[in-house]
Amino acid sequence: MAYIKVNQSKVDQKIADKLQDLCPFGAFDYEDAYLSINAACKVCKICVTKGPNGVCEFIEDDRPRIDKSKYKGIAVYIEHHDNKAHPVSWELIGKAQELAKTTKEEIQAILVGSNVEHIAKEALTYGVDRVFVYDKPLYHDFNVETYTHAVEHAFKTFKSNIILMGGTPLGRSFAPRVAARLKTGLTADCTMLDIKPDGDLLQIRPAFGGNIMAKIHTPNHRPQLATIRYKMFDKPEKTEPNGKIIHVDTADISTQTNLELIEILRQPKVDDISDAEVIIAVGRAFKKKEDLALIEPLRKQLNAEVACTRPLIENGWFDPRKQIGLSGRTVKPKLIINLGISGAVQFIEGMKDSECIISINSDDDNKLFELSHYAIKGDIYDILPHLNDRLESILKGAS
Amino acid sequence: MKIISCIKQVPASSNVDVDPDTGVLIRDGNNVKMNPYDLYSLEASYAIQAKAKDAKTHAITMGPPSASEVLKEALFMGTDDASLISDRAFAGADVLATAYTLSQMIRYIGGYDVIVCGKQTTDGDTAQVGPEIAEFLGIPHVPYVKDIISVEHDALIVKSTYDDYEEIVKIKTPCLITIDKGGFVPRLPSYKRKMSFKNNKIPMVSLKDLPDQNPDHYGLNGSPTQVEEIFPPSNDMDTVTINQTPEKTADTLIDILKERRYV
Repeated sequence: MAYIKVNQSKVDQKIADKLQDLCPFGAFDYEDAYLSINAACKVCKICVTKGPNGVCEFIEDDRPRIDKSKYKGIAVYIEHHDNKAHPVSWELIGKAQELAKTTKEEIQAILVGSNVEHIAKEALTYGVDRVFVYDKPLYHDFNVETYTHAVEHAFKTFKSNIILMGGTPLGRSFAPRVAARLKTGLTADCTMLDIKPDGDLLQIRPAFGGNIMAKIHTPNHRPQLATIRYKMFDKPEKTEPNGKIIHVDTADISTQTNLELIEILRQPKVDDISDAEVIIAVGRAFKKKEDLALIEPLRKQLNAEVACTRPLIENGWFDPRKQIGLSGRTVKPKLIINLGISGAVQFIEGMKDSECIISINSDDDNKLFELSHYAIKGDIYDILPHLNDRLESILKGAS
Repeated sequence: MKIISCIKQVPASSNVDVDPDTGVLIRDGNNVKMNPYDLYSLEASYAIQAKAKDAKTHAITMGPPSASEVLKEALFMGTDDASLISDRAFAGADVLATAYTLSQMIRYIGGYDVIVCGKQTTDGDTAQVGPEIAEFLGIPHVPYVKDIISVEHDALIVKSTYDDYEEIVKIKTPCLITIDKGGFVPRLPSYKRKMSFKNNKIPMVSLKDLPDQNPDHYGLNGSPTQVEEIFPPSNDMDTVTINQTPEKTADTLIDILKERRYV
């Protein structure tokens, strides 16, 4: 059993106070000269690494280890809609190839659907070594239950070390189902991935609802499962196909389901901020919805898409598809202008790869400033009217 | 019909920070609130209750004893029953261990027809716990539900919203649904209910009550993923800082945009 051990002989009131201050989760209780750890502990081990020397100790798990050499290959689940693969699948194949340089593993793709041969062939053009195809009419529409049966079969048959899935709405509902079926770990929306020579995947993402990154691993379970948002990684170059398509016999795979799709309704398209070249992102500094009119001249001049932070979605000012961040979209525009955004790590992770980041905020003690090319201190309500005047006179001068 | 809502207490602000020199986390107070998505899911549980015959709602949460505050809030809003699941053995639980613990709690309560969860929490932001609970219980799930179209004797018909499409799905009970923002308007806690629950103590369930009492399946030991390290986000950006009068700032901005040929 793994746990954090408190060496009580070294604990006094002072040490206890120190640890209570250090723990970000308030997990230490000190009562009757006994320091205990309560259920709020997230085992982040900060008390072990940064606490008073020798007081807290991490006791490693002594349960039997799995034989990791039995699991090989980095697999990508190919998500598809309307006979077309979702591009996040190709981005993940590109990342898998990078990771495989360290471990010399095969790149695999798992494809479930009906009449999807063309998608399997396309996967080969991105350098996949083997595509495992589960093709039958039953799989025509995505069904989280029948597709979980198929991916379970794929893992049990091909014993992949890692399975990566797109952090799309579909992937975010499907991946946890697969993880629980295979009784393994799953890290959602990783912003970075790395791998150790023994094949352990390092899954990096913002954590604990704050401006903290966590490096997460899955030391004793396989497969290692992670979801990654669309646009987080680059799409690889196409190459001469050199891999194989494996048609898997689906006859013995369970078809059991308690879900019945009645109808799919297309949503009216909104302009997708994921592909925008110029974005104006607005945050909480806007006091009312009407004030968004202040950005209109700049938006027109830049031909920009307007995006926002989560609080404005919660206010109901925007369609949720306009949200930048881990729970929204990842964007990589040429220019992004952040207006009145203090920059929660979730937001920053969703736009930090933009080519030019300009941020305006009245409070200069904010995370976003450190990650901006231009950090402009000032109140948007003071600056925007002046900016609009300038833009107007430029327009007049031009005409 | 029995409807169980899984809710969670989350930090009220995301201002947890890291001291750049020591790498130590700095908390911004201890303010907590109910996960916003759970307000919608509670409201969805009342919508199902209204459409079903003799339905009872029951809210559960996993966390330290202080987390029972959110259960009280649920009772004040309109939930019939509430229980807390708390045990030191659950410390350090990742998604799998959390979902397993909640699924065991749901089995302990028993007799359920519908489990309702918020789409995600605002602290973990994973949206994974709901679907994993469904898998552990061996029941179907539908994510991102925005409308309960009808409640039948052995099924629900729901509308679920993905990025650019919606699905209408018939899901057999027992089942689990996760609730997205937008379809349900959460009611305020009622003063009358607050008064009537004043002396109500929330029952606490611990590991010894669950069907599976093997501590290896819970908390850190039941968690396949482990945090190896926490660190502040990296920063190797050369930032140009501008702090001028609003007029000058507007000029500077125009210059930056001109330089990049946007103006």
